[in-house]
Amino acid sequence: MATATAQTATRTAQTALEPRMLRQMLLIRRFEEKAAEAYALGKIGGFCHLYIGQEAVAVGSLAALRDDDYVISSYREHGQALARGVSAKAVMAELFGKATGCSSGKGGSMHLFDAGKRFLGGHGIVGGHIPLAAGLGFAIRYKGGDQLCICYFGEAAVNIGAFHETLNMASVYKLPVIFCCENNRYGMGTAFERVAAVTDVVEHACSYDMAAELVNGMDVLAVHAATQRAVERARKGGHPTLLEVRTYRYMGHSMSDPLHGVYRTKEEVEEQRKRDPISQLAMKLKEEGALDQAALDALDAEVHAEVEEAVRFADQSPDPDPAELTTHVLAD
Amino acid sequence: MATLTYRDALNQALREEMQRDPNVFLMGEEVGVYQGAYKVSRGLLEEFGPMRIVDTPIAELGFAGIGVGAAMGGLRPVIEFMTWNFAVLALDQIVNSAAKILYESGGQVPIPIVFRGPNGAALQLGAQHSQAWESWLSHIPGLKVVAPATPADAKGLLKSAIRDNNPVIVLEGEMLYNNKGEVPEGEHIVPIGQADVKRPGRDVTLICHSKTVAVALKAADQLAEREGVSAEVLDLRSLRPLDEPAILASVARTNRAVVVEEGWPHAGLGAQVVDVIQREAFDQLDAPVLRVTQADVPMPYNKQLERLAKASPERVIAAVRRVLYLD
Amino acid sequence: MATNVHMEALSPTMEEGRVVKWHKQDGDPVKTGETLAEVETDKAVMDLVARADGVLRQVAVAEGQTVPVGSVVAVIAAPAEAVGAGPATVPPTTTSGSGKRETGNVATATAPAPVAVAPLPAAAPADATRVKASPLARRMAKEAGVDLKLVAGSGPGGRVVKKDLERAPSQGPPVSSAVGAAVPSPVSRFPSPARSGAPYDDVPLTQIRKTIAKRLAASLGPIPHFFLTTEVDMERAADARDALNKQLGDQGKVSFNDIIIKATALALAKHPACNAWFQETHIRYWHEVHIGMAVAVEDGLITPVIRNAELKSLADIGREAKELAEKARSRRLQPTEYTGSTFSVSNLGMFDIDQFTAVINPPEAGIIAVGSIVQKPVVVDGQPAARRRVRITMSCDHRVIDGATGAAFLKTLKQMLENPLAMLL
Repeated sequence: MATATAQTATRTAQTALEPRMLRQMLLIRRFEEKAAEAYALGKIGGFCHLYIGQEAVAVGSLAALRDDDYVISSYREHGQALARGVSAKAVMAELFGKATGCSSGKGGSMHLFDAGKRFLGGHGIVGGHIPLAAGLGFAIRYKGGDQLCICYFGEAAVNIGAFHETLNMASVYKLPVIFCCENNRYGMGTAFERVAAVTDVVEHACSYDMAAELVNGMDVLAVHAATQRAVERARKGGHPTLLEVRTYRYMGHSMSDPLHGVYRTKEEVEEQRKRDPISQLAMKLKEEGALDQAALDALDAEVHAEVEEAVRFADQSPDPDPAELTTHVLAD
Repeated sequence: MATLTYRDALNQALREEMQRDPNVFLMGEEVGVYQGAYKVSRGLLEEFGPMRIVDTPIAELGFAGIGVGAAMGGLRPVIEFMTWNFAVLALDQIVNSAAKILYESGGQVPIPIVFRGPNGAALQLGAQHSQAWESWLSHIPGLKVVAPATPADAKGLLKSAIRDNNPVIVLEGEMLYNNKGEVPEGEHIVPIGQADVKRPGRDVTLICHSKTVAVALKAADQLAEREGVSAEVLDLRSLRPLDEPAILASVARTNRAVVVEEGWPHAGLGAQVVDVIQREAFDQLDAPVLRVTQADVPMPYNKQLERLAKASPERVIAAVRRVLYLD
Repeated sequence: MATNVHMEALSPTMEEGRVVKWHKQDGDPVKTGETLAEVETDKAVMDLVARADGVLRQVAVAEGQTVPVGSVVAVIAAPAEAVGAGPATVPPTTTSGSGKRETGNVATATAPAPVAVAPLPAAAPADATRVKASPLARRMAKEAGVDLKLVAGSGPGGRVVKKDLERAPSQGPPVSSAVGAAVPSPVSRFPSPARSGAPYDDVPLTQIRKTIAKRLAASLGPIPHFFLTTEVDMERAADARDALNKQLGDQGKVSFNDIIIKATALALAKHPACNAWFQETHIRYWHEVHIGMAVAVEDGLITPVIRNAELKSLADIGREAKELAEKARSRRLQPTEYTGSTFSVSNLGMFDIDQFTAVINPPEAGIIAVGSIVQKPVVVDGQPAARRRVRITMSCDHRVIDGATGAAFLKTLKQMLENPLAMLL
């Protein structure tokens, strides 16, 4: 009886969670599409790495975290910021370089920060932020807290020394960190199997005596479930986990890179799109009767409006004051 | 006032700051069980335990990054590099993370962290172990850089560095660790950004820091004895920010300056000092400002060659003679 | 193959030259030896000649511009040759010659000596008014109202430094006014106060004025001068002059100055101890007598030389002196004509100067300063009488000439002038 109640409670939580995850994934998708448009109009400068196709990773994993956990990511982090609850307005304004951006216009696409949401960047050097995640885990352990830190990086970062140094130390020091490798198969234009001796990232965990799991990144529920297990490991004994989440990026590496061409075929991209995480979840909800097409259309319209509002906000926001050039170089 | 070695002065600063603030911890290779590669952390593991005196694997990039992450998480890490030669492996974390996160986050995430360790050449350690990195580190906005020459300054500056809310680079010296000097007990703070006149003089200013302070003082003694030249020795102590007012005040007194530095000549720290002087004290100058630097070569192993490569009192005296038009 | 045209060292002491006038223009065909331009050196206006056949190209220095010796001022290109955008950067010929007088036989050693120069960018003409001074010295001079041009620098390359100003905070220039001239008042090039509304006018130093400043500052400072004055009765000399001029008729005229030059040369031949150069490590006593005669020119003075004056007749001296003075005033003196003197004569008689002291022209050891010939009452044979008298002051370099040595020479000179027949002995 008690078990049945618990199962019902879980199902109820799940039924509330799934539409929320659908909405978040849809928001990220529409946001990124709008960002691509704004980039083409010259409203966004520099490098801009889109998350389209990978939405389930950020959304599924972050749904398993608490507000007092830390989140840190690479430069392909618009999705994590939005899933973490940083407003579309603040993120879009940051992409536009405006004073109202989540990093006051000083960070840009690659350096989104929201300390209040414990979203700590947005880091531009491949693999450079992986040790920072361990440091955040160290600070948690030092203070005796039960929070954790989740760290997102691509499979290409696995070839960087910082990844290995950090996994070793995180394991030695038993740090509450989830290393979430988003394996989207290409480091820019280089297929992972062309440059990695071990192509299953998850296997690296063996070298560091670390728990690990291989996850289907196109299934938001699978990501969520695997993250929950890692969260439990971290909270209980401060143990780190390496997640390899197999996902796919529909867009080019950045806005200035091609979608396909020399490194992958158009057919491959089309094939992958058939596994689209948003469609899959929407289909599941429809099948379960939790959602009909009208509700889905309404949700899409609502998300569209939110993104349009974010663009309007970003457009109308002021540039940072010239005096801001020299602030925040040093803290008081 | 107690007479301490430079090493023990640093130890005292660490101990006092760790007693004062539970968020301060020391991390690095051999800092705990081994009591420090240069024994700066002697006795600290026993007093503070392994959570606060953290031995690391030989993974400079990794533990420097853990330090930065810990600072993001609200701690005040002191990261010890066995030498700055090894810290080059961690430059990504120092330059790309520690120095930039405050700015790129629009001021949201301060990084209060100290990176410290011996810098520059010791004796016959060969090219890879004998490098002075101050010009590299001083180049980076978002960092502060200090280079104490005396035990008292070592204590006072390390304490300031630990209390600072920014990444602070503390450049120590293997050849300085055994030097003795009077060190005020307890709350002895040397503010970052203040140079110090180690010897007043009238005829020429010798601008130096860290190990070159001793070189300059020796040169000043000999100049006074043999040439009747009164040299002022100005110890920069902080390399970023530079104490420009102190430099300019001294040059205004003497009208001539020689910069004595440990690094290589090309794009060295002294070039920055010379820039300040020519820009702000142009009309005070009676002679071009000269620099005495390490030879523009990788450090040789051979003792005689190494001696030739380093800044020496003889070369300082020769430079002083030139700026005083004595030749 | 293009040939660079360099600013050549057209005088032994020349360090920079001002292009007065281009005789050939860009694109003109030129032949070896043809005059390309007139160049004002520190002493005179000289011709800069072509060293190759071809077409003049890339004239990099405008008329009036001053550039260091060795600078490329143009290029001579082969007629059909395309030349680069700027003058070829071939460094100027450098030799061991230093511009100092290094004479064996003066008569052959006065060809334009090559001067050691650093290769300098051709397109950067030197500012003729630039004084090398440390920034501090500049500030101190400005505050003290000292003209840095008048301060001798002790730093590298003559840089004026702090101690030079401390030594002489408001010292005037080491003036050359005491060096006389053998011609009437030169025309001043300085604007008169009436015409200029400003309290003062800054006039850039000309090449010659700079050289005067440098050389005379190098004289009165380092050279221990002493002075001997004597008064000479010129009655007989005046009679002799009248007689000579009558005899010469329209073949020229002999002046008092010519007589003094001749007498000085003869006296020097008898007193070789005064006919000498101080050479730092040695004293060079000359066997020949070459008398430098100070000539005032438009903006300075120059000392053309009457060579072997002790061997020349008064008429020859008179003719030569006249020629040289005219050449000097039109700036046409060749270096051979103003270098190598062994002793100098300066005469301000025409300015009603009774007596003055002259600054030695190094490396010579002596100079005489000649005042006006004036009638004054003197006692002759126990009776007062009006006689034409002149006061002559000899400046001696004490490193070469001692008091008695100088006095003995002066006594001989006095005797020669008072008894012109003695010149024939």
